[in-house]
Amino acid sequence: MAADTPVEYIKHHLTNLTYGKLPEGYERADGSVVQEATWTFARTGQEATDMGFMAIHVDTLGWSIAMGILFLGLFRFVANRVTEGTPSGLQNLIEMTFEFVQGIVRDVFHGKNPLIAPLALTIFVWILLMNILKLIPIDYIPSIAHALGLEYFKIVPTTDPNATFGMSIGVFLLILFYSFKVKGVSGFSKELAFNPFNHWIMIPFNLLLEILALIIKPISLALRLFGNMYAGEVVFILIALLPLWIQWTLNVPWAIFHILVIPLQAFIFTVLTVVYLSAAHEDH
Amino acid sequence: MEMVFIAAALIIGLGALGAGIGFGLLGGKLLESTARQPEMANQLQTKAFIMAGLLDAVPMIGVGIAMYLIFVVAG
Repeated sequence: MAADTPVEYIKHHLTNLTYGKLPEGYERADGSVVQEATWTFARTGQEATDMGFMAIHVDTLGWSIAMGILFLGLFRFVANRVTEGTPSGLQNLIEMTFEFVQGIVRDVFHGKNPLIAPLALTIFVWILLMNILKLIPIDYIPSIAHALGLEYFKIVPTTDPNATFGMSIGVFLLILFYSFKVKGVSGFSKELAFNPFNHWIMIPFNLLLEILALIIKPISLALRLFGNMYAGEVVFILIALLPLWIQWTLNVPWAIFHILVIPLQAFIFTVLTVVYLSAAHEDH
Repeated sequence: MEMVFIAAALIIGLGALGAGIGFGLLGGKLLESTARQPEMANQLQTKAFIMAGLLDAVPMIGVGIAMYLIFVVAG
């Protein structure tokens, strides 16, 4: 790989494949100067930083879309070949996943909305698939990408805050949409203004509290998933710095621990999404 | 530079302390209430796992940040 010292190795593995615009006259890492503003792949971490806000993490996008297509394709494939009677193998697995998510929605969600169960299933399976990518040894796919000429490649989309914030902001917009739809503008603003202290003199205080509580929801959702996955990734990278013959002593327990963490984080993201949406449907 | 190591040690140590107390309380209460009402065991276990996941997140994020501090910022 393109790293000589441990620090370079860690930094290399924590940098996304970034596609963005370099400004005119920008001096690249190899000394060449960009003649006019161009869209290109970043070759160093500094270039990725200088591309600013409009840069795209191609690996995160690509792998998350790939996992989404895998999820849809797999479920469609099984649904088209459903057999009655005793299901076998793959169908069994899909039915278990489906019933598991159905159970969560039944237990937690009390309103009436046909969108919630499919949403919960999508979130659960999608996050699960994206997290499972982490169990692939960290150098396998980046070295293939490196052989193909891509300098940086990070395969786990949930170790990129852009992906987790993308999902949680989607959930946040749904929360707002259903709050306004079920409670109405007046009902929702009343809930914000007269909770927890039901007196007009406390309105500013209530508003501050409730709006903070509302905004903290997507932030905590995204940071919880990102933090867990990122911390796990950093530890895997650190283990990979050890000599090869000793790696399994740390790698195996950590990977086994992650078999627990991966579905747990997908499960929590799903449950909290359903809980928040359920709260948005409660009309007093 | 040494301050970075102390900061990392504090992050991991305090995170572990809080998570330890939290998991002790969680597991203890789970066993207690399962012994009291064994028929509730399944429901309680599901809820305990949600709590475990919420509890787990904070020290794990701390470990990640601390590792980053030790090996990238200070290294």
